Amino acid sequence: MIWYIVRRLLQGIPVFFGSTFIIFTMVFAMPGNPVLRMFGDRTPSPQQIAALEEKFHLDQPFLSRYFLYLGDVLQGDLGTTYAGQSVNEILARTFPTTLRLALLAVLIQLIIGVLAGLISGLRKGGIFDNATLLITLVIISMPVFVFAFVAQWIFGINLGWFRPTVGAGAPWSDLILPAIVLAGLNMAYVVRLTRASVIETNQNDFVRMAYGKGLSRGRVIPVHVLRNSMIPVTTNLAADFGILIVGATVTEGIFNVPGVGNELFKAINRHDTPEIVSIVTILVIVYVLVNIAIDLLYGVLDPRIRYVK
Amino acid sequence: MSSKNPVRTAPHFVAEVDEGGLGAVDAVRVSDRKSNLWLDAWRDLRSRWMFWVSAVVIAFIVFVAFFPGVFTDVPPNSNCILSIQNEQQAEEFGLPIGTRVSDHGPIPGHPLGFTKQGCDVFSRIVHGTSTSLSVGVIVTVLVAFMGIVIGAFAGYFGGWIDSLLMRLGDIFFAIPYILAAVVIMSMFLHDRNIWVISLAIGFFSWPSTARILRSEVLRVRNLDYVMASEAIGLSKVRTMFTHVLPNSIAPVIIISTVGLAGAITAEATLSFLGVGLPNNLFMSWGNDISAAQTSLRTAPFTLIYPSIALSITVLAFIMLGETVRDALDPKARATR
Repeated sequence: MIWYIVRRLLQGIPVFFGSTFIIFTMVFAMPGNPVLRMFGDRTPSPQQIAALEEKFHLDQPFLSRYFLYLGDVLQGDLGTTYAGQSVNEILARTFPTTLRLALLAVLIQLIIGVLAGLISGLRKGGIFDNATLLITLVIISMPVFVFAFVAQWIFGINLGWFRPTVGAGAPWSDLILPAIVLAGLNMAYVVRLTRASVIETNQNDFVRMAYGKGLSRGRVIPVHVLRNSMIPVTTNLAADFGILIVGATVTEGIFNVPGVGNELFKAINRHDTPEIVSIVTILVIVYVLVNIAIDLLYGVLDPRIRYVK
Repeated sequence: MSSKNPVRTAPHFVAEVDEGGLGAVDAVRVSDRKSNLWLDAWRDLRSRWMFWVSAVVIAFIVFVAFFPGVFTDVPPNSNCILSIQNEQQAEEFGLPIGTRVSDHGPIPGHPLGFTKQGCDVFSRIVHGTSTSLSVGVIVTVLVAFMGIVIGAFAGYFGGWIDSLLMRLGDIFFAIPYILAAVVIMSMFLHDRNIWVISLAIGFFSWPSTARILRSEVLRVRNLDYVMASEAIGLSKVRTMFTHVLPNSIAPVIIISTVGLAGAITAEATLSFLGVGLPNNLFMSWGNDISAAQTSLRTAPFTLIYPSIALSITVLAFIMLGETVRDALDPKARATR
């Protein structure tokens, strides 16, 4: 196990440097002056230019610029927005809200998704199964912002069950609707994975054996079928997380959730490129770390994976 | 088993086989159908209603994209007026002078009403089709090309080439492609067009295609016919293109069809976020939905109609992808 952890962490190192380097390259290897490009339509004041040139160490050669910038990021200096706010403070303020939203979303997606997948997998070809397949197909084909608006319009504005936008302090009750939207993205995949996995597990000898030795359905399904069907769902959590990051940006923007995604959403709308770059860099770093963490978790859950290659 | 085998007439030394039941079996000409993966898949596809529904919808979408003029003669972006100003406009729209056209509901000739800027919703949807479709197709071709080249080289040559390319794939895979596209598009504020946005989306989505093709190539390259091809002296590259690639391409086709839907969604999402195509030069459903969000309470249809168009397009490609997957991948059929 120790070797598995070490190997996985070592594999993470090139990915970490590579992904941050690529983002850095995308910003600074474009033709033209990167600082002027960042301002787009605006004409920056000489102080702003100087501040950005200093922040990104433009007087240095390209490679050392990257390491200096990465050093700054790792030491927690993410620069400032155009308005002069510190990106660190913004992230510190908004991160807990995003974390709560994401947790709620993952919870909803796992509970409803696994339950629906289990039922439709056990009753393959039944009404519930076909209805679920149809609903997941519709949800998968709706881009997240369309889904968000439809939910906001129906449940927030027409029916009035939820507040259409999140109020001050982002209480849990206001986060439910955005969390459902965010969960909806991955829920369809969780349902389908669970369903396929349940069908496959159900055909195994150990399931027949369990029934054969007289166990009840109430025991076989949760202990023997569901537990073995959860492995692919766990693996998929890493991919889910990438969708979650992008989904959070859109969902938080639409429901005005005061989270990291909303800050990115606003920064994009303001063309605040330095802030965009900082937030995206942080999100990618978080994504890489979460991926490693999920892989480690997977190694704990399924011992077979530790010994492969 | 070829159908051209003649009935066996060779002399028998032990017993007269023809007299018994065995001989009868032997004598049957099996006119077996010509069969390979693609023919089988096509037969399977033909029998599915989902395939035909999605194919018809996609054919219709392609037709709209190429000939928007057939469906509407209202220009999508010019002639937008906020309110009726004079007699001539009153005549043209059939509304009294002073009426606000902005966010106005449907009137004859304008079946889906008007946007906040007073443009015709229907016309904008019709003209936006080609944008979505072109980005989808360009991204798909780009991703398939990069994925195939990289995956094939990695899988077939193995060794350090494999390690290098796959680690590179890991790195690109570690960046959610929409976030990467957001950064690229914010650096291109003034020269955004269909090619730039397609590159921004496609450049970060090739690793999954490459991985799938690589594992398929790894499977195929150990098969007997590949060894035979190398044994008769074909070069490695030639073997790869004539024997290995055609036999490992099926999963790429599956992932590309679904990927086309993903690319359309990505374009709309980027446009929605405000880093997509410029609003004044391109009709894009994402832009329209984004512009309509302030009218969600007062004129929800300006947001709902482009959303429906977008969802139907994405749905059609996802449905096509799923039927193609079921047809090409017998394993997927088992759990269907």
